[in-house]
Amino acid sequence: MEVAISVITIFMILGAIYAIHARDILSAVIAGGIVGYSLVICFLLLQAPDLAIVQIVVETITLIIMVAVVLDSSRVEAYSRFDRRAWITAGTAVVILLVLFWFLRAASSHLAPFGESSLRMADAYINGAVERTGSVNLVTGVVFDFRGYDTLGEATVLVTAVLGVLTILRINGKKKLT
Amino acid sequence: MTVIVKKTTQLIAGIIFLYGIYIILHGHLTPGGGFAGGVILAGSFILLILAWGSDFLHLVREEQGSTLYENLAILVVLFLALSGLLAGVNVFFANWLPHGTPGELLSAGILPLYNIFVGIEVAASILTIFLALIIFKEEVLK
Repeated sequence: MEVAISVITIFMILGAIYAIHARDILSAVIAGGIVGYSLVICFLLLQAPDLAIVQIVVETITLIIMVAVVLDSSRVEAYSRFDRRAWITAGTAVVILLVLFWFLRAASSHLAPFGESSLRMADAYINGAVERTGSVNLVTGVVFDFRGYDTLGEATVLVTAVLGVLTILRINGKKKLT
Repeated sequence: MTVIVKKTTQLIAGIIFLYGIYIILHGHLTPGGGFAGGVILAGSFILLILAWGSDFLHLVREEQGSTLYENLAILVVLFLALSGLLAGVNVFFANWLPHGTPGELLSAGILPLYNIFVGIEVAASILTIFLALIIFKEEVLK
């Protein structure tokens, strides 16, 4: 399973790199879809069907909306010339990458082997959760009972995002429309 | 779109809608829940709109309805969370309804209610964003 996930991760990285460098924005959007759908397969392999369902549906709808947006606007990407200021940006990116890799190496030596949980909170959630919440699906039990505040926050973020979209996109007032 | 696409979406959209309702109602038994089911519900509407094209006035009315349902559903979720305080348990987000036998459809106390209203809220939100993109584009064209 580790081999399969590694191969899929390489595909995701290739897709993301192509999405950055594609000259046609429509193909960049579709290459971005590779990342999302590969993530679905990763979730299924890691036995997380809850996340896989959400990811596959959200990815499809996002792809539809992005394709609609690209078809209505320009398909050609605007390139900037590679001048002296770009060298500073590239140098900063390389330095940040090196620091992040150093942190990753330092942190990965403390991690438990793949597949073994090292969280103390997880045991408290899993043991006896069915009796305490009455829900057979542990994820729903955690999302709506133990972590209710988080879920309320997520739902509020969604409403706020919709309000933002309506406010930004609306050109005429609502009274003029009707 | 052609007649074939229109007829196929007409047949499929209802089944997708039912599947979304199934995912929401069985959220405490099988994988899924309010968020996943809500997005599937929105997907069935988006499929119909994409296949049948947009009638402007109809879409404006639909957008007003989805905005209303979105705001009502998030209010109901908030009141469900507050209902623990009113029911005498004095805990925010308390699961104060009787739990029942785990594994049955009517069990898990208040969790199915959360699932239903979060599902409505998510479906209305995604649909509102999609409708807003269409409506305000046609507003510019006019």
